[in-house]
Amino acid sequence: MIAMTHVGYVAAAWLGTFGLIGGYALAVVRRGRKLSRQVPPGERRWS
Amino acid sequence: MTATTQPGAVAGTPQPRSGDTAGAPAGTGSRGTRIVGLLALASIALLVLYGLVISPADVEMDDAVRLMYVHVPSATYLYVGCFVTTLASGLWLWKRTAGWDALAEAGAEVGLVFAVITLGTGSLWGRPTWGTYWTWDARLTSTAVLTALLVGYLALRRLDLDPDARSARAAVLGLLLVPNVVIVNRSVEWWRSLHQDSTLTRIDPTIEGDMLVALMVGFLALGLVFSWLMIHRFRVAWLSQQVDRIDLDEALAERRAEAEAEVAR
Amino acid sequence: MWRDAALVAGRDLRVEARSRVTLHQVAPFALLVLVLFAFALDPARQVLERATPGLYWVTVLFSALLAVARSAALDESGGVRDALRLSALEPAGVFAGKALAVAAELLALEVLLGAGVIVLYGAEPAGVGLLLATCLAATVAVAATGTLYGALVSGLRVRETLLPLLLLPVLAPVLIGATRAFEAALAGVPADGWPWCGLLAVFAILYSVAGAAAYGTLLEGS
Repeated sequence: MIAMTHVGYVAAAWLGTFGLIGGYALAVVRRGRKLSRQVPPGERRWS
Repeated sequence: MTATTQPGAVAGTPQPRSGDTAGAPAGTGSRGTRIVGLLALASIALLVLYGLVISPADVEMDDAVRLMYVHVPSATYLYVGCFVTTLASGLWLWKRTAGWDALAEAGAEVGLVFAVITLGTGSLWGRPTWGTYWTWDARLTSTAVLTALLVGYLALRRLDLDPDARSARAAVLGLLLVPNVVIVNRSVEWWRSLHQDSTLTRIDPTIEGDMLVALMVGFLALGLVFSWLMIHRFRVAWLSQQVDRIDLDEALAERRAEAEAEVAR
Repeated sequence: MWRDAALVAGRDLRVEARSRVTLHQVAPFALLVLVLFAFALDPARQVLERATPGLYWVTVLFSALLAVARSAALDESGGVRDALRLSALEPAGVFAGKALAVAAELLALEVLLGAGVIVLYGAEPAGVGLLLATCLAATVAVAATGTLYGALVSGLRVRETLLPLLLLPVLAPVLIGATRAFEAALAGVPADGWPWCGLLAVFAILYSVAGAAAYGTLLEGS
């Protein structure tokens, strides 16, 4: 794979993409947990 | 049972769980999202395999074509997110159910994530292929304007306002999102076509073989990611509404207690 | 509805006539922007001449931000919003009235800026029919959109920074269209420019309808 041309750009793009997705996913899940603690379990309509 | 994003009936599995949620942390997860999440991770792995290893380098662009397997699907899901926001905004204005408001918010924010990905991958594709990071081609330029529209929409949503007023304003703005996108896209395309700019990010229609497979896997993987993010973000928005409502109830109860104490004195 | 519009437009324009904000502040600002562009682009190198249509319309857009913000601010003080809501005025009429008032101010500014561009940038007017039609369509487009978005941010503490962020991306097509139309007119090929003028007209109609339809919701939802 190191023999790939433009490997820097390809790597930057793919790492950046999935890094952003992962970071955002983490932020959303964390926020979800934080909010969830403030809401009594009966109000949550999924499990 | 996959949890649906139907705002009127956000239900997870209705049957009683056999106690395994007792110790689980409370959050926006559910059996449905776990399934979608696992599928997403699997398809991302498949995408890495096809996109980076199996599929060949392009004749003209060399390995920069591998960026297209991410760039094109993310541009697509960006538009999906915008459609969701506009549709949900319209439905909120019609039905005034809080769930639509939450869905509109989720669509815009997840859409913004994909907008950044689209711009980033498009720019990084342009550099090795055409020599510059930014080419003012029709798609990238429209995407940039669309990103500005989304940022503005989300800025309006964050304002410290009475929730009903905020939802109303956001809904009007959200409803206009897709029409704005269409107008901007049309005029930018028309403008750039005057300069005979080829749409640099247009996928070669004769794409075939492993490259086509890689692209399809890209659509699958990012689609699952989009869905997973949408479900979670929608639930976060929904929970946020509940918290606001609870805070409001508490504030009212306190006020009432104060008033009663005054009267009793 | 049009009677309501005339009432509101009359009120807005009377306030302007008395306070003369557009005359004393927005117009000088617009001319100042033209001068600033000359500083930035160095008149000796003919860049200004080539860029005149674009610079003209960018200046119009920036001035429109001020005009729209002012128009929205007129209704924010002392219970004017409630008065509007309680009055029997149709929201669509209020919208039309405010938009027409803004449009009138903008048209005056555009004439002024036209003179400015002729004097300062050495522009030579040509294809005047196309120029005028473009001004008309673009002005209605900007005024309608601006009035709607002005209502979206009215009463908010951050409205001064939020309005440009919301409005300018939406008006990008107007900028593109108006500039292309002007370029065609000044280059002596108006046939190229009329389609762009058509685009502006469509935009203007779309946002006039959207604004009229949505204004009721915005008036009551605050």
